[in-house]
Amino acid sequence: MSAIEKHTIAVLVDNEPGILARVVGLFSGRGYNIESLTVTETDRANSLSRITVVTSGTPMIVEQIKAQLSRLVPVHAVRDLSAEGPHVERELALIKVAGTGEKRIESLRLADIFRARVIDSTIESFVFEMTGSTEKLNAFINLMVPLGLVDVSRTGVVAISRGAARF
Amino acid sequence: MATEQMAGAEMIIKALGDQGVDVVFGYPGGAVLPIYDALFKQNHLRHILVRHEQGAVHAAEGYARSTGKVGVVLVTSGPGATNAVTGLTDALMDSVPLVCLTGQVPTHLIGNDAFQEADTTGITRPCTKHNYLVKDVNDLARILHEAFHVARTGRPGPVVVDLPKDVLFALGTYRGPETVQHKTYRPQVTPDAARIDEAVALIAAAKRPVFYGGGGIINSGPRACALFAELVRITGYPCTLTLMGLGALPASERQFLGMVGMHGTYEANLAMHGCDLMIAVGSRFDDRVTGRLNAFSPHSKKIHIDIDPSSINKNVRVDVPLVSDAGNALEAILAGLKARRFKPNQEALAAWWKEIEGWRARDCLAYVGTDKVIKPQYAIERLYQLTRGRDIYVTTEVGQHQMWAAQFFKFEQPCHWMTSGGLGTMGYGLPAAVGVQIAHPDALVVDIAGEASILMNIQEMSTACQYRLPVKIFILNNQYMGMVRQWQELMHGGRYSESYSAALPDFVKLAEAFGAVGLRATRPEDVDRVIKEMLAVDKAVIVDVAVDEHENCFPMIPSGAAHNEMLLGPEDKKAAGPVSEEGMVLV
Ligand SMILES: Cc1ncc(C[n+]2csc(CCOP(=O)(O)OP(=O)(O)O)c2C)c(N)n1
Ligand SMILES: [Mg+2]
Repeated sequence: MSAIEKHTIAVLVDNEPGILARVVGLFSGRGYNIESLTVTETDRANSLSRITVVTSGTPMIVEQIKAQLSRLVPVHAVRDLSAEGPHVERELALIKVAGTGEKRIESLRLADIFRARVIDSTIESFVFEMTGSTEKLNAFINLMVPLGLVDVSRTGVVAISRGAARF
Repeated sequence: MATEQMAGAEMIIKALGDQGVDVVFGYPGGAVLPIYDALFKQNHLRHILVRHEQGAVHAAEGYARSTGKVGVVLVTSGPGATNAVTGLTDALMDSVPLVCLTGQVPTHLIGNDAFQEADTTGITRPCTKHNYLVKDVNDLARILHEAFHVARTGRPGPVVVDLPKDVLFALGTYRGPETVQHKTYRPQVTPDAARIDEAVALIAAAKRPVFYGGGGIINSGPRACALFAELVRITGYPCTLTLMGLGALPASERQFLGMVGMHGTYEANLAMHGCDLMIAVGSRFDDRVTGRLNAFSPHSKKIHIDIDPSSINKNVRVDVPLVSDAGNALEAILAGLKARRFKPNQEALAAWWKEIEGWRARDCLAYVGTDKVIKPQYAIERLYQLTRGRDIYVTTEVGQHQMWAAQFFKFEQPCHWMTSGGLGTMGYGLPAAVGVQIAHPDALVVDIAGEASILMNIQEMSTACQYRLPVKIFILNNQYMGMVRQWQELMHGGRYSESYSAALPDFVKLAEAFGAVGLRATRPEDVDRVIKEMLAVDKAVIVDVAVDEHENCFPMIPSGAAHNEMLLGPEDKKAAGPVSEEGMVLV
């Protein structure tokens, strides 16, 4: 058995009804893994959406995933960012922490170190906004657990290739 | 370009006409009444009324596969659409080009659990190549033309167009097919030149090569079949075909080794196992072909020509992938071989053929004849012999009879053999025969059937009789779901759980009840007589051939076994021992 690899794949699709169901159905129907998936329209004029999906599998499975995605009729292009050279990945999280006293102050101090912003506060709670790699978000969220973490909302990974090249 | 205003329902008739459609297989209902009304008012488009929507789809498949054209289906919303699902899945698995128009409740009721509402695009998404829900009549013409384009190009497949009833009434602008260009869909149909060079070099250097052709050659068309035959001949290399590929090379060709796979011939499977170069053309390394994957053709380089990139490296890693239309790739390979003045390595090839002839001499399809009961193989052999020279199309149901038909019927041309390969749909053969006969009114169309399968779509006898279609249903009646019984014998200790065909109808009387002719053979000497009688009648006929109940289909690669672990007959079964644990879980 070959090793399982994690791949970040970008898919440019026609923004039409049912396209997300097609992509998600492909993954569930064929037993592929979705670690995260984000989608929104990125080109209004041409009505195009961009899907970023993080998946994992053996090299043969990842190759299949790309071939199967390309086969969907409304798909314009599929790029395996992990395989095609340098790229950047970011994720955004909203993190709600409730508490008072020393814990509250500690959460704020850590937020500062991690460059998280406070976007809502009450006397007993903060909502932090934070962008970064999945690992950085995980680290911050783990630190918040003992300090009163109550809720997390994350976007999943978005990614883009480095340099001047187009999709 | 002139644009015209018309109602959605009329637009559909117009678009079908512009797409060259002359026949639609369908069944009416509330949601599609406007289309049926438009059909009523015209006379260039023929509608064939089936008796079940599954039958409509299989009939359209039979039509499509015997003509190379797109088959068209028209069904109503809700149950009409859900009844079509098995046929759509069948067409997807076997790459059959279809456009299926489904009625839908009016747009403002969608999502309301309205009467006869079903989420048709949701249900059919995984069983179509693509599907559409038309919400605006001004998109209708474009979508219909796109649907035909998607269905017939690239790897062909079924496309559903879901049509809310209000869209059928609404007035809109019609556009002709020439105005439509799909935004994204561009299948790759020409091969990469560098890859062709690699393939040519491998083919030229091969010592133990084998061609492994599939249904993709037939889908590509007569040109691809001719080029394939030419390549096989100029190389002198042996060739095997898949169940779907039968007819891509004339079966009488010396170089044809017979079918490959689970019930393929000894020589074909051993050639696949022992080759040093496998040239796969329009075949997809399906599990019925490969047997145990980690033992599949262990010492060969592999070239794989396929129009569908997702078929390449799916099950088996290949050395030279060629994403292309089969015809274009074969043409390029032939040109490449000619350019380098290709001469096969005669010495190596002679040694390879000698080995193959040794396997051939085992005569793996031989069976023990008797004058007491009709052997199913004998019945098919006689059917083949007594129909030679006729323009004959064969469809099948699914089971042992299907495999015997594939083994014993010899196909000299493509598009004359229609069987449900990928999905294995019992009930395919009769409606498919209806579709074939509609396309070829003067041809002889025979459905080689099992007594269990035929009951799954027996209602289509009524369709055959309504349109005076002289389809011949040749039932190998072994009183068992024979293929199920065979597996139970092999893997489940002979516990024949629910595989006996109890309470069968009298097929002769059943034929008569439909207004067809019924015939029966119970002894070997009856066989020729009933076949001749069947051929003499210009009506639908059901022939009930009572065959040996206990006969099993050999050769067989038991599931989980490799090509070189075939069972040639009942004796091998005892010697081989029980099926492996991994094999038991396989289908
Ligand atoms: C719709 C459907 N249901 C179940 C099966 C499983 N199955 C495969 S072969 C078979 C038995 C077919 O019996 P019959 O038509 O009598 O053919 P025989 O094998 O006896 O020649 C069954 C039940 C199937 N292929 N299709
Ligand atoms: Mg039977």
